Amino acid sequence: MLIQVENLTHVYAPGTPFERVALRQVNLQIAAGEQVGILGPTGSGKSTLAQHLAGLLKPTAGHVLLDGVPVHSAPRDHRLQVGIAFQYPEDQIFEQTVFREVAFGPRNLGLDEAEVTARVRWALEMTGLNSEVMSQRMPFTLSGGEMRRVALASILALRPRVLILDEPTAGQDPQSRRRLLERILTWQEETGLTLIIISHTLEDLGHTLERLVVLKGGQVVADGPTRHTLSDSALLNAVGLDMPEPVKLLQTLRQKGRKVRTDLVSAAEAATEIAHVWGLPPPPGPSPRRGGEEGRGA
Amino acid sequence: MNQLLPGLYVPGDSPVHRLDPRVKMGAVLLLMMAPFALRGFWGYFLLSAFVALISVVSRVPLLALLRALRNLFWIGFFMFFLYIFTTPGQPFVAWGGITATWEGLLAAGAQIYRLCLLVVMASLLTFTTSPVQLSHGLEALLAPLEGLRLPARELAMVLTIALRFVPTLFEEIEKIAKAQRARGVDFRSGGPLRRARSLVPVFVPIFVSAFRRANDLATAMDARGFRCSPHRTRMQQLKLGFQDLVATLVVLGVVLAAIGVEQLT
Repeated sequence: MLIQVENLTHVYAPGTPFERVALRQVNLQIAAGEQVGILGPTGSGKSTLAQHLAGLLKPTAGHVLLDGVPVHSAPRDHRLQVGIAFQYPEDQIFEQTVFREVAFGPRNLGLDEAEVTARVRWALEMTGLNSEVMSQRMPFTLSGGEMRRVALASILALRPRVLILDEPTAGQDPQSRRRLLERILTWQEETGLTLIIISHTLEDLGHTLERLVVLKGGQVVADGPTRHTLSDSALLNAVGLDMPEPVKLLQTLRQKGRKVRTDLVSAAEAATEIAHVWGLPPPPGPSPRRGGEEGRGA
Repeated sequence: MNQLLPGLYVPGDSPVHRLDPRVKMGAVLLLMMAPFALRGFWGYFLLSAFVALISVVSRVPLLALLRALRNLFWIGFFMFFLYIFTTPGQPFVAWGGITATWEGLLAAGAQIYRLCLLVVMASLLTFTTSPVQLSHGLEALLAPLEGLRLPARELAMVLTIALRFVPTLFEEIEKIAKAQRARGVDFRSGGPLRRARSLVPVFVPIFVSAFRRANDLATAMDARGFRCSPHRTRMQQLKLGFQDLVATLVVLGVVLAAIGVEQLT
């Protein structure tokens, strides 16, 4: 197992009037190459968990192991196998040029200049930026979307084995949001990295990831295949999340006596299913990727 | 947030918390001046006992006070050496051209203690008074100086805003520091120069966001027609109560007694 979280408890500001328990007795296992979404309302402990996975916080109790080694107390290079992008990662930009910004991480790793350059180019291209054009530009003159991508490139350039993204699409319009998510999933496929996306909305990660962990009040309340979790209305209600629209539609149809499946979470899958049950030709548009799990029709 | 920051308000409901900020500020001012009139043991003893009593009554965590004192370490360290080597008197260590004296040791102890007392008193004020109250108190105390063209209202507003953003900035620093640590910055190793340089990736983003925040806040205040006009009213009016009178009398009594005790002995 790549990542093992054992009985992890985290208390902020213990022994003061501001004391707050963020995580209690969390257990979680993540295998190499998995795609995991961590979902939960505000204050459920998602970001705290993410920081623990990256070894940035010291557990109050319990362990977070990466390859069997406690990631917080391990040497720096062990910890750097986990890359983490915080919410609004563009806030961390500080260099004068995009190149130097992205090269910052690799240089900290002590790589030679040729390797650094190669990585910067690779990372920029991965985020869909033209490395020739962008390298010498000043980060603070870029648009918000471009800055976000530069910041993500600066993390990708570390070539982490595990990539954690905290609300990667926060504050972006639906189209950039979708493109960014598609790009992230492409990196995951091309590099085989372990991907962990954290969000409070299903739109961000709902139907795109294989596995969903749901947190509430600092505890794991569900952990399993995304489609199971998302069609469990009792669970979603308990954590204050809305069911995805396609699932709602399918469940309504089912209540009206139509024999449709109700565990299809993307619009394209739902459309295909409805067409199939009604005996209509399959709807146009992109056919669902990856065995009907991925598509995102109109 | 979620952290006990040095010198910041600790919410509570003790008698000290409930006092009028003007009274508290005046009392602290008076108490802070008192040590300069004191020389002997009994005066200090009385004053220290009173400060200790207030600390207990205010229910400020001891840890918070100790943390406030921790900031004095280096100043205390320098003062110590300055006093023991420069005060003339009976030497207890002579060593090369420099001599440390017993009188110096005593003076160093007294000065450092005095400084600690001042810091504890100032901390008790900021721990038990919310930033808003603090600035209202300041405004009220500076108001008589308006006639001398001192912009009391503006000063109070600047103070309120500055205090309001301290926790926000700390939170931001913590977040950016973590983000840069995840990119391989090591704040704890290397020489002083390397360590100082490792702060650049933290402070550049902090400055950028501080300016952006300031700009946003100015726009928001402007959009709501904010002006520091003398006709602004307040939701919370400051009103002196019975307990404020008692507190004033007690503080005056203690200070006078501390000075008086010196005259007697």
